[in-house]
Amino acid sequence: MCGLGGILNRYGERMSGREIIRMSCMMRDRYDGRGGGFAGYGIYPRYAEYYALHLFFRDEVAKERTEELLKDRVAIIKDEPVPMRRVREIPPENIVWRYFVEVPHRFRDRKEYQEREEDYITELVFTINDCIDGAFVASSGKNMGVFKATGMPDAVAEMYKVEKYRAYCWITHGRFPTNTPGWWGGAHPFNLLDWSVVHNGEISSYGTNRRYLEAHGYKCRLLTDTEVVAYLFDLMVRRQGLSMRTAAVALTPPFWKQIERMPEPKRSVFTALRMTYSQAMLNGPFAVIVTNRDTMVGLNDRIKLRPLIAASSEDCVYLASEEAAIREVESNIERLWAPRAGNPVIARLNEEVREEVIH
Amino acid sequence: MEIPLRKAKVSREGEFVVVDAKGVHYRELNEVINELVEKGERKLRLINVNGQRYIADGLRCDCYIEIHGVAGDDLAAFANGPTVVVFGDVQDGAGNTMNAGRIIVHGHGTDIIGHSMRGGKIFVRGHVGYRVGIHMKEYREQVPVLVIGGTAGDFLGEYMAGGRIVVLGLERLETYPEIAGEWLATGIHGGAIYLRDEVDEDRLGYGAKVEKLTHDDRRFLEAEVGEFCSIFSLNPEEVLNAEFTKVVPKSHRPFADMYSDAKEG
Repeated sequence: MCGLGGILNRYGERMSGREIIRMSCMMRDRYDGRGGGFAGYGIYPRYAEYYALHLFFRDEVAKERTEELLKDRVAIIKDEPVPMRRVREIPPENIVWRYFVEVPHRFRDRKEYQEREEDYITELVFTINDCIDGAFVASSGKNMGVFKATGMPDAVAEMYKVEKYRAYCWITHGRFPTNTPGWWGGAHPFNLLDWSVVHNGEISSYGTNRRYLEAHGYKCRLLTDTEVVAYLFDLMVRRQGLSMRTAAVALTPPFWKQIERMPEPKRSVFTALRMTYSQAMLNGPFAVIVTNRDTMVGLNDRIKLRPLIAASSEDCVYLASEEAAIREVESNIERLWAPRAGNPVIARLNEEVREEVIH
Repeated sequence: MEIPLRKAKVSREGEFVVVDAKGVHYRELNEVINELVEKGERKLRLINVNGQRYIADGLRCDCYIEIHGVAGDDLAAFANGPTVVVFGDVQDGAGNTMNAGRIIVHGHGTDIIGHSMRGGKIFVRGHVGYRVGIHMKEYREQVPVLVIGGTAGDFLGEYMAGGRIVVLGLERLETYPEIAGEWLATGIHGGAIYLRDEVDEDRLGYGAKVEKLTHDDRRFLEAEVGEFCSIFSLNPEEVLNAEFTKVVPKSHRPFADMYSDAKEG
């Protein structure tokens, strides 16, 4: 039984990490201490144009090898240890370092530069995770970062000084691993570029999804099911240009029985999406929160086997496993509801939050 | 930056013992409740409740407990007699395997309310979520009753083995105006569900069918809906003056043939 939470300030105003830590603490009885984490967007305004790579190294050798690779592939603008406190509950298992990098100039002259650059960074992330023993990338987006470890979220927050960062969007996760190992890389959020995912439940279709993603060049190396969700959004929304709503239809489509009852042309569209993305479809019980630089999405499995509550106030949109976690940090809730199975709740900067009715 | 947990503050207000649950962990809160009940207190008012789990679980008494705030998961699970009134919403699993007593919720509820309930009554004024009344059961005069004022999500009364569920649909959701979701009463093999509306047979789950209401059904509804209306100050005549649909099992063993091929090898 994991717990997840998220806050998006609709106007892009940045909040300290304190609220998300309180939300996470409210759900402490859902976790067992084998994974906790946070992702914040807007935390590095001075380096906003650079990719912020958060890296975990088991030892100096892994760090040296990774730095050799980085120097070969990107320009490092700045690098430093991620500021950390010693906390009793979490043994210092990894060296945690951050690098602000940009892609060398010779890549900038090419056509479709943006897409190429992001693919270039993706390839770098997978090379590190796959080829360098004892090194992996915790996050690789711009102006954002993931802070995670094996421990309860409050201890993880204490260790990384999460309360000192300011972000316009925060997500959090406390883990209760059931099927896969509890380790720093297996803690949530999972990230690629500026996609981050927190997840409660199981992706039973992991094997199928993984093979599908590997056919598109993704490498699943983090020993747990959740990472496929981050990569599926990257593939479908960033690379293939689907809207969040359409991606959600493909990932949690209505049942055939429901599609048959739909009027045309909706029926044909849904049929085509189900058939095209049959291997991307997510099965099993889950609630996820997926974020990128301007959006926070909450999504449940197709028969709602995990809890998820959404709420909005004048300034913020909230998602959490429990209503109590939202009420703990927001006393002026305008609307609070339980989204329906398979319907994405889409919160975007400068827009009204909406539950897309696809089921 | 751990949020420090607090001790529950206990005070007295007329005939009520008031427990301030602000920032109190559920274990501490429930220990305080149990101690007060053991000492013979019969009226408790819990204030500033926010998500504490297992409140009133396993209580064997006829005490009265008010909850102001959001009641956490598994409220009054295994309870045997108390009346629990929530002025707010309830999270998942309220009344799980409850044996006797009453839960009254003035707000909304989420999933699996009345899970495996085997006695007592639950009244929810607002809407409820998925799988409400899953595997409710009954034995002789132990017949649990669950009345919902708003609408219910999918899988209402899933694998229901006994008891009665009533959904009134007094308020409707904008996007899901139906009184109950899809796969209604999937796998039902005992008990009955009464819905204050028509129900499209497409929405019925495996093993469920619609049946005409009898005189006894009407009398049952008058009693239970009457009680619901008196709790929430509604006019029972207006609420009862509507067509109800009754959903019952097609058979008492809907999956009897499921493994017969395997048995034959």
